[in-house]
Amino acid sequence: MIKPPALAVAGAAALVAGSMSPWATFAGFPGKMTLAGFPGGARLFALLLAAGALLFALEVGGRRRAALFAAAGAGAVVAVNIVAITDHGGGLGSVAWGAWMAVAGAGALIAAAWRLPADPERRSERGGGEPAPEEWRRLHPALEVAAIAVALSSVLGAVVWGLEIAESSRFISFLVFLVFASVALHYLGVFSALAVLFARHHRMAMLLGAAAAVAFPFTQQGNAYWIRVFASIGVFAVAAIGLNVVVGLAGLLDLGYVAFFGVGAYVGALFSNAALTTTNIHLPFMVVVILGGCIAAVFGLVIGTPTLRLRGDYLAIVTLGFGEIFRITANNWDGLTRGPNGISGVPDLALGGFDFGESHQLFGITLPGFANYYFVELVLIAGAILVFTRLNDSRIGRAWVAIREDELAAAASGIDTIRLKLLAFAIGAFLAGAAGTVNAHVTTQVSPDSYTFLESILLVAAVVLGGMGTVPGALLGSTALFVIPEKLRAFQDKRLLLFGAALILVMRFRPEGLVPSRRRRRELRSEAPEGVPGLAGASGPPPGGPLS
Amino acid sequence: MSLLEVRGVTKRFEGLLAVDSVDLDVGEGDIVGVIGPNGAGKTTLFNCMSGLEAPTSGEIRFRGQMLSGRPDRFTKAGVARTFQNIRLFPHMTVFENVLVGRHCRTHVGLVAAIGRGPKFRREERESGEKADELLEFVGLRRQADTLARNLSYGDQRRLEIARALASEPGVLLLDEPRAGMNAAETRAAADLVRRIRDRGVAVAVIEHDMRFIFGLCDRVAVLVQGRKLVEGTPTEVQGDARVIEAYLGAPTA
Repeated sequence: MIKPPALAVAGAAALVAGSMSPWATFAGFPGKMTLAGFPGGARLFALLLAAGALLFALEVGGRRRAALFAAAGAGAVVAVNIVAITDHGGGLGSVAWGAWMAVAGAGALIAAAWRLPADPERRSERGGGEPAPEEWRRLHPALEVAAIAVALSSVLGAVVWGLEIAESSRFISFLVFLVFASVALHYLGVFSALAVLFARHHRMAMLLGAAAAVAFPFTQQGNAYWIRVFASIGVFAVAAIGLNVVVGLAGLLDLGYVAFFGVGAYVGALFSNAALTTTNIHLPFMVVVILGGCIAAVFGLVIGTPTLRLRGDYLAIVTLGFGEIFRITANNWDGLTRGPNGISGVPDLALGGFDFGESHQLFGITLPGFANYYFVELVLIAGAILVFTRLNDSRIGRAWVAIREDELAAAASGIDTIRLKLLAFAIGAFLAGAAGTVNAHVTTQVSPDSYTFLESILLVAAVVLGGMGTVPGALLGSTALFVIPEKLRAFQDKRLLLFGAALILVMRFRPEGLVPSRRRRRELRSEAPEGVPGLAGASGPPPGGPLS
Repeated sequence: MSLLEVRGVTKRFEGLLAVDSVDLDVGEGDIVGVIGPNGAGKTTLFNCMSGLEAPTSGEIRFRGQMLSGRPDRFTKAGVARTFQNIRLFPHMTVFENVLVGRHCRTHVGLVAAIGRGPKFRREERESGEKADELLEFVGLRRQADTLARNLSYGDQRRLEIARALASEPGVLLLDEPRAGMNAAETRAAADLVRRIRDRGVAVAVIEHDMRFIFGLCDRVAVLVQGRKLVEGTPTEVQGDARVIEAYLGAPTA
């Protein structure tokens, strides 16, 4: 224990006092910013980050950078709100003294954090490497599982909390808070510790994660809006896991992937007796899901056979072309797809008298119709995760990773590279197709303009952002890419700009994605230290990776 | 009868004749050396022998069966190789690298891999045991869980050999296995090659280090400008005037 420097105490005090004081001089700004004595609105986030000041009194690894990021985060929250208040109230005059006090406090905290002794280097801090196993003592298993449960409920809590925020300025403050708090926690080693715990209690963690996902609709008090958003995210999450087989495992950059999703959606619409169907065939939903997957897989094989001899950029360009061919075909084949009008009036699912469009009562909570689709998607996601993880940990998955790492060496090691690449393409297409059939029912209509190049790019971005080759990465990436724009309606036209900025930031500071690949989990059980520290710390995508 | 027969293999790149109708035999229990000045076509010959490049003409037979097509067919038939510039899977562990080598000797398909039946478990266990045994054989057992890229240079070469042996080859082609090694490591490498032969795997090896080649091989072929100049025992080759000329140039009158 060391004594916190006076500067830090003063800064923290100013930040706390500032957060308790008015930030705006006019009523009407979201979050009751004119009231003193309580941290209303975005002020709460600044206050929470001030807790980072506690780090000055604690002798823990990584605290300098953690303290820096906590203080900088508080500053950023205040700055965002000053900009918003100025914009809203018309001039700097509308910013109240509390905000300036908080800025000063954050500044003092940053200065104090800057003067802390440098953190000792841990190899887990660079390049997303695994933490050294000896750093983490084993606690009582029940305690470890409890820690996982706490972590997962925090995630659920953060999601619910974030969704309840209505105003853009406050939501941005929330995002800023989340990002800076995560970085601070990362430097404190919290995420590394959690990664170790998740690896130790793999099954339990999966179970608890599933429980958290199932619990989500029950937190919405019958409000359909966010359940509906998550029902649309669910299908993209399945597709993202499928794309992760193609891009993350086999290293094939597919820029036309959404075409498979579209094939599935058209199959779903054509075989379910939609109001404007052109086929008049009605098959049971279970059959349609499998059929959609299979037809998409066949498309995958048809597209893959001539193109998978190409590598890297060439493959990306050719798949991009095929994606466009699908869209243009769907746009013009009036007899089957009804052209640009698409097929509308896809009915709600009905399984054995259970109508998916109706809301249902469960445990005294009303679950709107979209919750039914959400649960179906959870089952689909579970299936996709099963396929992904089991293949990943088999000779097929190893062969894919080998192809990604060095295709020539893989071939020389006896891997039929063309065949395995086709298999990856087909599995990715199958999952996208299956997800597409569900999507046809969720959106009730299918039209060519839902399957544009942009959607393919978004899916690739979701996978890359979340972390290539990991399931949580694909889930996190697709959630982030579909929830955040939904919240920032005011910035709708700047959506792509924000994605671009986010991607650049992630690629610069965390090239392995938000949730790095667990391929090195085995090292946790290893006694041998890593060989060359310089190499072990080097980060960045592997040479010859999908983007090189 | 020889295990691997190379008959009249020619490889032409545009105007360059890299390999010019070369014959080479690798018999059961042989260690055959291939030497020659830089650019003599040694690696191109190996590429043809392992399916990485299709020869312009000529044929390669293994146990009497003609080999053609992509490299994985050669490996599956029983011709494995290592590379001059080591080509491991750097972000996979040492153990996984060897398991990849098992790929063509295992058969679990899509459904079995997802279903995890007894067949899957037995095959995975057998592959793991085989990989452990090979890592023990090349002396990398303790580094099994290290990432391949974190191995030292010499260890990376040994891992590449273990990966190649995992495909249960009849012939192993080693392309400059001692490049970048010091004297002690070179001796260990020579010892490893002999032990590989004693396992019943014939070896063909490209190397520039004459002492290494002549101390190790039963027969040595000398390649100069794509043609096989001489083939014979180390003693015969060492005393051959044409070989000395190829390396040092003709004595000026």
